[in-house]
Amino acid sequence: MVLYTIAFFAHAIEVSFSVKTSEIDDKTSFDFSRTEKSGRIGTAMMILGFIFLFAGVILRGASAHRVPWGNMYEFSITGALAFSGAYLFALAKYKLRWLGLPVAIAVLLTLGTAITVLYRPSAPLVPALKSTWLAIHVSAAIVSGGVFLLANAIAATYLTLDRMESRGGRSEWAEKLPTLEVLDQLSYRLVAFVFPLWTFAVIAGAIWAESAWGRYWGWDPKETWAFITWVAYAAYLHARVTVGWRGRKAAWLCLFAGSTFLFNYIYVNIYGTGRHTYSGL
Amino acid sequence: MRTALILLMMLGLASIPGSIFPQRNQNPMKVTDFVNHNPTLAHWLNKIQIFDVYSSPWFSAIYILLFVSLIGCVLPRSIEHVKAIGKKPPLTPKFLDRMEGFAQLDRPISDALDTAESWFKKNRFRVRREAGSISAEKGYSRETGNLLFHLSLVLLLLAVAAGGLFGSKGETILNVGDRFINTPTSYDNISFAKFQGEGNMAPFSLRVLDFKASYDPTTNAPTDYTLKVAAANPIGSKEVLKTIKVNSPLTYGSTKVYLQANGYSPVVAVRDKSGKLIFEGAVTFLPQDGNLTSIGAIKLPDMVPQIGMVASFLPTADRSPKRGAFSSFPEVLNPKLLVSVWMGNLGLDSGVPQSVYRVDTSKMKRIGLKALNLGEIYNFGEGTLTFEGYKSWVNLQIVDDPGKIYALVGAILAILGLLISLFTRQRRIWIKVDDRVEIAGLAKNGVPGLDEELSSLRQALEAVEG
Repeated sequence: MVLYTIAFFAHAIEVSFSVKTSEIDDKTSFDFSRTEKSGRIGTAMMILGFIFLFAGVILRGASAHRVPWGNMYEFSITGALAFSGAYLFALAKYKLRWLGLPVAIAVLLTLGTAITVLYRPSAPLVPALKSTWLAIHVSAAIVSGGVFLLANAIAATYLTLDRMESRGGRSEWAEKLPTLEVLDQLSYRLVAFVFPLWTFAVIAGAIWAESAWGRYWGWDPKETWAFITWVAYAAYLHARVTVGWRGRKAAWLCLFAGSTFLFNYIYVNIYGTGRHTYSGL
Repeated sequence: MRTALILLMMLGLASIPGSIFPQRNQNPMKVTDFVNHNPTLAHWLNKIQIFDVYSSPWFSAIYILLFVSLIGCVLPRSIEHVKAIGKKPPLTPKFLDRMEGFAQLDRPISDALDTAESWFKKNRFRVRREAGSISAEKGYSRETGNLLFHLSLVLLLLAVAAGGLFGSKGETILNVGDRFINTPTSYDNISFAKFQGEGNMAPFSLRVLDFKASYDPTTNAPTDYTLKVAAANPIGSKEVLKTIKVNSPLTYGSTKVYLQANGYSPVVAVRDKSGKLIFEGAVTFLPQDGNLTSIGAIKLPDMVPQIGMVASFLPTADRSPKRGAFSSFPEVLNPKLLVSVWMGNLGLDSGVPQSVYRVDTSKMKRIGLKALNLGEIYNFGEGTLTFEGYKSWVNLQIVDDPGKIYALVGAILAILGLLISLFTRQRRIWIKVDDRVEIAGLAKNGVPGLDEELSSLRQALEAVEG
C-alpha cells in the first residue's frame, strides 16, 4: 500500500513534468530566439519524466507482486511509458525534438485518463492470467503499440505539413520541422522495425491462448482486431516495398493501420465481450 | 502478388462483422438474445451467416483463395530464387552517372579493380568482374527471408486447415470423485472433425481426486484453481498423480485436457412418504455470478405424481433487504440450498429436449418453498429432501488438434523470415575503370547506408598510391 502510494506520486510528478515539457516545447516552436536552450530543458524533463514513470510502473508491479499488466490502468501507464520511450530512443538516433510537444501532450492525456477514469487499486491476477506469457505477450504488444503510435504521430505531421506546403508554404512554427521526405522515411522505418515484434506479440498470444483456453486462435474480438491491425500494417509495408507508395497515400494508410490498433485497445477493451476482458477493464 | 494482397485485406475486412455481432461458437446465449430482440434483422443476418462468420462459406472462400494465390505467387518466386543463388550479379550498366551516389575519382588509380574486388570480398559482396568493370551485389538473403516468411504463412494456413479436418473437441463435467474414460460416450458433448475416426482417441482415463479454488478475500476474485487427478495412460495402467491448472493443461500427444470452469454440486437425498430412497447423489448446479450463486434442478420422474425442484445453492449465504438471499463469497462458508418444490407433469415425455438445470413448470403447481442448511431435512408433503453436502465440479475441455504443432513451426519460421527480410539491406555497387574511375550504387527500396558504403569504397581506392 505504501509502495503503491509512492507509485501514485511518481505518476503525479511525471504529469507535472510533462506539463512543463509541453510548455517549454511550445516556446521552442514559437520563440526562435531561445529555442535551443528551452528545447534541451524539454528533453531533460522528458527523460526525467520517463525515469519517474518507469519507477512508477515498477512500483505498481512491486505492490501487486506481479508484472504490472493486469488491467487497462496498468496497460495505459505502461503504454505511455513505451510511447515516450520510443520517442526518446528515436530522439537519440534522429533529430526529432520537434515531436516533443505532441508526444508530451499524448502522454499527458493518457496518464490523465489512466489516473482519473481507469484507476483500479492493485490486486492479484485471476488464474487465467497467471502465466509467464503475460510478461512476454503483453510487453511485446505494448511496445509495438508505443512505436505504432509514434509512427502515426509522424505520419500525421507529414500530412499536416504536406497540406501546408501545397497551400503555399509552411507556417512560421513549422519551418524548423524536417523535410517531408525525412518524415516519410522515418514513419516507414519505425513500422518496419516493429512489425516483426507485433507479429511476435500475436503469436505469443496464440501460444498462451492454446495453454489457457484450449485453442490457439478463436476469433475472439481482441484476436480479430489484432489480426486486422496486422493485415493493415502488412498492406502498408507491401504498398511501400512492392508497389512503391510514398508520401501522402502511405501516410494515410499508416494512420488507418494505427487507428485499427487504437480501436482494438479502446473499443474492444471497453465494449468488447471476448475472453480478453478481465476484472473490470 | 497484388491478388494475394487484396485477398488478405478482404480477409481482414471479412473478419470485422464477427467481432461486432455475437458468434454462435463463442457465445450462443448472446446470439439467442440478439435474435429475440431483433427478429427481422436477425433473420436476414442469419441468411448470410453473420452469426457464424468464421465457419461460413464466404469466409472460407476468401481463405482458400488467399491460400491458392499465395502459393501461386510464392512458388515461382522461390524457384527463381533458388536458381539465382548460383548466379552472378547482373552486368554493370552502361551509364553509371544515372545511378545513386555516382562519383568520379579525380585521379587515375593503378589496380583500381583489384583494390575494389578485395574491398568487395572483405565486405562479403558477390562479385562479377568483367574487363574494365566490377558489378557487386549484397543482401540476397532479403529475398530468402521474404520467401521463407510467405512459405511459412502457407504452412500456417495448412496447419489451421488441418485443425479443422482432423482432431476432436469435447467437454465433460466431473464431480470430485468421478472417473472419466476418454471415449465418445463419456462426453457431455463432443464434435469430431471431418476426417477424424472416433476410434482414434487418446486412450487415457482420469479420476478427479481434489479441486481447490482460492479467492482474494477483499475482491472475491479467484486467485488460483488447482485440480488434482489420478491419470492412467493407457487405460488400465498404473495411475499417476497429475495437477491441472488453468495455464497448464494435461498433455497426451496432440490431446490436451484443459480446466475450463468449476462450480458446486449439492449432494441431496429424496425419500417418498414411506421413507423409501428415490434419489441420492450430487446434482450439478450452474454458477450465475462471481460469488458462485448457482442454480439447478432436481427432477424426480419416478415419483407419483412427478416432482420437480427448482433450486439455488449459495456457498456463503447472506441476506439483504434489496436482493433477498444471495451468495457473498465464492467459497463454502455458510452453505444454503433454496428449493421450491413443484408437483405435476415434468413434461419429459414430450420429446422436446429439456435443460437439466431447469424445470418446465408449465404443467405443475408449487407445493413448497424452503431454505435448507447443511444436514437439514425438509418434508414437502409428498416426501422428504435431505441436504447432505456438496461437491465441487470441474468442466474439462479435451481437445485433440494434430495441426497445432505445425502452426507453431510455421509461426516461428514466419517471424524468422520476417526479421531476415526486413533487416537485410539489398544493394548493388559498380565500379568502372577506363581512363578514369567511376563508382555508383543502387539501394533496393531506398534502404539507407549506401552512401556510407560508397564512401568507404572510395577511401579504400584513394588510399592506394597513385
